[in-house]
Amino acid sequence: MDAVDRNIINRLQQGFPICEFPYTQVAAELDLSESELLQRLTHLLETGVLSRFAPMYHAERLGGGLTLAALAVPAERFEAVAAIVNAFPEVAHNYARQHSLNMWFVLATEQPERVVEVIELIEQQTTLTVYNMPKQTEYYIGLKFEA
Amino acid sequence: MQFILTAFDRELIRATQKALPLTPQPYHALAAQLNVPVLQVMERLQFMLDHGVIRRIAAVPNHYALGYKHNGMTVWNVPDTEVDSLGAQVGALPFVTHCYRRPRHLPLWEYNLFAMVHGKTQQVVDAQIAEIAALLGEFNLGHEVLFSTKILKKTGLQIGS
Repeated sequence: MDAVDRNIINRLQQGFPICEFPYTQVAAELDLSESELLQRLTHLLETGVLSRFAPMYHAERLGGGLTLAALAVPAERFEAVAAIVNAFPEVAHNYARQHSLNMWFVLATEQPERVVEVIELIEQQTTLTVYNMPKQTEYYIGLKFEA
Repeated sequence: MQFILTAFDRELIRATQKALPLTPQPYHALAAQLNVPVLQVMERLQFMLDHGVIRRIAAVPNHYALGYKHNGMTVWNVPDTEVDSLGAQVGALPFVTHCYRRPRHLPLWEYNLFAMVHGKTQQVVDAQIAEIAALLGEFNLGHEVLFSTKILKKTGLQIGS
């Protein structure tokens, strides 16, 4: 990753235009050719530096369900429980964290009522208590990282 | 605010949620794939963007790959009467990427304000946490920082798939 890649990553986190030739427009801003931008973007995605390049949909405004939930998993069962949780397509992210609540996952569902169903299924299959922590107020979401 | 999706919106979401085509005319490629005029694709995406259904069309970096290896979920117990005002102030700090109010689960979990911080070194993150603590001052009734040790899954939202 060089300075050009970093410029691309920083620019593409800001928002991508909706127009006939959007890559041409962004490439011009970055003083690149369209083909070089596409080549580098493809490489950044293939190598996993970027996990996605796509519209970021707002789950609640789509009428879906979204929550953050946590589990206190005994160390010897950690991998088995992770496999159970990750097997649900509704689990969008799952992180191991240093705490007695050591597994934190985000559930995103098309139907809001499905959140509670998935939580119940995870509780049944893991025999653990799921601590459901849906957001009550969003103060800020930016999620931009300077490359 | 909730947004009523048309059948075409759902098709468009399914076609775009994982990736935008990497071709010079991505919206034309989507129009061809969905068998509709390109203007319909561009107008519907713009409409969803204007109404906040799409937050933005953008690249999502793997922050670990960019060197942000110290990722802390900071959680704070602040009075319910102050949480909205404090949450807005914490969310406005330049290094906070998410800031939410969430429910407590007493007695196990007393924290109602969540703020994610990220840094390339532990020292940077420690300074960020100290800055949040200073901002909250006497309203900080207790806090913890949960560092992530491993990404177990990261696929993003998948709607209608």
